[in-house]
Amino acid sequence: MGDHHHGPAKGLSRWLFATNHKDIGTMYLWFSFAMFLVGGAFAMIIRAELFQPGMQLIRPEFFNQMTTMHGLIMVFGAIMPAFVGLANWMIPMMIGAPDMALPRMNNWSFWILPPAFLLLLATMFMEGGGPAFGWTFYAPLSTTYAPPSVTFFIFGVHILGLSSIMGSINIVATVMNLRAPGMTYMKMPLFVWTWFITAYLLIAVMPVLAGAVTMMLMDIHFGTSFFSAAGGGDPVLFQHVFWFFGHPEVYIIILPAFGVVSQIIPAFARKPLFGYDSMVYATASIAFLSFIVWAHHMYTVGMPIAGELFFMYATMLIAVPTGVKVFNWITTMWRGAMTFETPMLFCIGFVVLFTIGGFTGLMLSIAPSDFQYHDSYFVVAHFHYVMVAGAVFSMTAAVYYWLPKWCGKMYNETMGKTHFWISFIGFNVTFFPQHFVGLAGMPRRIPDYALQFADFNMMSSIGAFIYGASQLLFLYNVIATIVGGKPVSDEKVWEGAEGLEWTVPTPAPFHTFSTPPQVR
Amino acid sequence: MLRKARSVFWLAMFPVILLLSGSLSPVWADEKADRRYQVNMEPGVTAVGADIFSLHMLIFWICVVIGIVVFGVMFYSIYAHRKSRGVTPATFHESTKVEIAWTVVPFLILLGMAVPATSTLIDVYDTEDAEIDILVTGYQWKWKYEYLQDNGENVSFFSNLKTSQEEIYNTDDKGQFYLLAVDEPLVIPVDTKVRFLVTAYDVIHSMWVPELAVKKDAIPGFINETWTRAEKTGIYRGQCAELCGKDHGFMPVVVNVVERDEYDAWLADKQAQAAEIAALMEQTFTMDDLMARGQDVYNRACLACHGANGEGGVGKAIAGSAIAMGPIDGHFDIVINGSRANAAMQAFGGQLNDVDMAAVLTFQRNAFGNNMGEMVQPIDVYNYKQGQ
Ligand code: HEC
Ligand SMILES: [Cu+2]
Repeated sequence: MGDHHHGPAKGLSRWLFATNHKDIGTMYLWFSFAMFLVGGAFAMIIRAELFQPGMQLIRPEFFNQMTTMHGLIMVFGAIMPAFVGLANWMIPMMIGAPDMALPRMNNWSFWILPPAFLLLLATMFMEGGGPAFGWTFYAPLSTTYAPPSVTFFIFGVHILGLSSIMGSINIVATVMNLRAPGMTYMKMPLFVWTWFITAYLLIAVMPVLAGAVTMMLMDIHFGTSFFSAAGGGDPVLFQHVFWFFGHPEVYIIILPAFGVVSQIIPAFARKPLFGYDSMVYATASIAFLSFIVWAHHMYTVGMPIAGELFFMYATMLIAVPTGVKVFNWITTMWRGAMTFETPMLFCIGFVVLFTIGGFTGLMLSIAPSDFQYHDSYFVVAHFHYVMVAGAVFSMTAAVYYWLPKWCGKMYNETMGKTHFWISFIGFNVTFFPQHFVGLAGMPRRIPDYALQFADFNMMSSIGAFIYGASQLLFLYNVIATIVGGKPVSDEKVWEGAEGLEWTVPTPAPFHTFSTPPQVR
Repeated sequence: MLRKARSVFWLAMFPVILLLSGSLSPVWADEKADRRYQVNMEPGVTAVGADIFSLHMLIFWICVVIGIVVFGVMFYSIYAHRKSRGVTPATFHESTKVEIAWTVVPFLILLGMAVPATSTLIDVYDTEDAEIDILVTGYQWKWKYEYLQDNGENVSFFSNLKTSQEEIYNTDDKGQFYLLAVDEPLVIPVDTKVRFLVTAYDVIHSMWVPELAVKKDAIPGFINETWTRAEKTGIYRGQCAELCGKDHGFMPVVVNVVERDEYDAWLADKQAQAAEIAALMEQTFTMDDLMARGQDVYNRACLACHGANGEGGVGKAIAGSAIAMGPIDGHFDIVINGSRANAAMQAFGGQLNDVDMAAVLTFQRNAFGNNMGEMVQPIDVYNYKQGQ
């Protein structure tokens, strides 16, 4: 391999045997978007059934499969791979590295994903149907009472976990070893920092998830009773193990989103990020706290009051570093010279809606009140404010922001802004009323509801259709840009953008930083 | 540009406005009132519920105030610090003082919240000194209530969804309490501390009645405790809150809070009924009696899985079933002990009294064209149970 100016291989082998971080990043991004559409289609089925009281379109069994699959696909298939794709593309370019540290493993971590999801989707066509026990798959509904396809689901989860662990090791290795001379840790862009910490979270908790599903497998096939009281086990043990993974998981999703927003807001405020150091420390504190709050998902399982209080106090504490982040973003805007291109609009949407999700999160942390909120639509509203308006909005902002650098073409700004406004309105019409029905007593994961909830549910469904449709506009805009967008050639696409990725040519060549840059 | 800034402002304020309008709307606690636009939690009819409600509103208003300040600053900045107004960006990027302030102040606010939260939680957990103990068991997909009596003569019954399949599948008009009505509600006296011992038979369920401020997970193999003390008579409706399989959305919890003497009379009546069943067990029934009673039991306890015409669904078809048309012992076994192959087919032996069991077996053996022409009497059920 003496010639380091070689281009990509031709045809299918370019993708199948890809080791280039940009190609792998691209595959991750397209794959996650495809999964986003599949998970979105399931959400549309759910909202269509909930459009009116009564069962109209589907049966309750299938409804449960839809809520389960929607959650699993969005979390593991859409959001996580999207951020891994972004990490692949951006981390080497941000720290002045020629590629990821472990390119062949990188290939594997991507290529085991599509089969895992095919397997997961295939369960829906198996006898007894697919998983219908919610994305949290509480035992014994997911063990003794599960359809036979649960075994394939378990296998699928194992593969996903492997992929995430490999991806994370790669990120840690890259960040630790391949920074350009002068790129000290405290000079790394925040996106790199948030991913660096996220990677550690993944390495810590993915094995726990693997343990949980393995115990399920043993209970189902090998006669153990980890989660069955009849054999000396405990169904609540499952929940403790699951949420020990599950709570850090939600930060795994949101920390890279924080990173993206911390890159974009300064660019369009034309002012350096406020409180860089405190951003790093806040990220680290959130990551630490995420390990000691898991049981706030389980306030009603009958924990002793001391446990209940501990988890309540620890959970409330998360508001402090999260607040620091929001204040820093707003102070970054303060006395800047702002313009409002699409990436900035999505970031502002993120700050507003994520903060609302944070407020409801604080409300949910209060254990006695949670006895009323728990497992109601209030929770559904809360986590969609942080997952969709948080993670998905920031991911969308990232695509608009870096797309010109990736493909050397500018997207259509009018269409981008239209996409933002339709998403923003559609999102709020969908999820805001869910706070109301939740507080009024509507449980989550039900295929049909009492008549008093009819109006707000119809509103929610209409909003969901609007939000869903707006994503097609996004897809169209991205394809139109790649195929026939206006070429851009400035290295620095955005006037206020800072960072090494803006020093390489546009579009970014197949190999960048073959000789490391000097960072001052 | 300015006009655009305004529209950006109002659109972005939309959720905040909704939030405000939500909190100001009235709350209805009366069953007759129209709850269609209910947007907030209810204080309900218990002291703990009222405490939870005021805690909820306290945190809510703190969030609203913080939200107004934070979003206010942000939108002012969006309006004032835009490039189109010709501003030059500042270059500051840190201020230790400010950063310490916005770490410490939120922390103090949280401390302020933790105090009332802790004391309310202690109340929620105080299950001591209850006058009445009720064992609540979640089943797929119904509730069993058992009133634990000192003398051991417990009263127990199942509470099933009353809403018909026709209403659910839109061939009939939906009644006022669509999905929130049961054949037999839980009955408790007003102004009395009642303790619920909550457990489950199969998967995890969760008992939730918002107005009684009760939500507790029902976990198979474990017993959780919770309590209520209703201060107002009336019917309070809730639902199972934990995903428990296919009909999770169809297992309401309905509690009828009555005056103390009414409760005592009801309980006495229930005990008399139990004695009556015991007497019926001795009796021999005619085919017509058994079929009529059996149809009732079937609709209530089996139809959800085996279908209105015995065509099957989650369960296997009863029409033409080899078991329903085979030797009676096989039929006894699967209905009394449940299926070993598929846990969805539960052991009904403990759920149906021997009369109902005899009736439903007779029904399955003779309805849907099975026509075995054979009767099962309560004493047969009794003998089978003894014999195994
Ligand atoms: C929660 C769902 C459910 C309910 C309710 C239910 N069953 Fe079943 N039933 C099943 C399932 C599933 C099977 C198949 C079991 C197997 O494969 O071993 C079954 C099988 C049967 C069979 C054997 C049919 C055959 O040919 O194999 C009989 C008889 C039966 N049920 C009777 C009843 C009676 C009587 C009731 C009401 C008292 C009832 N079931 C309620 C789910 C249910
Ligand atoms: Cu249930």
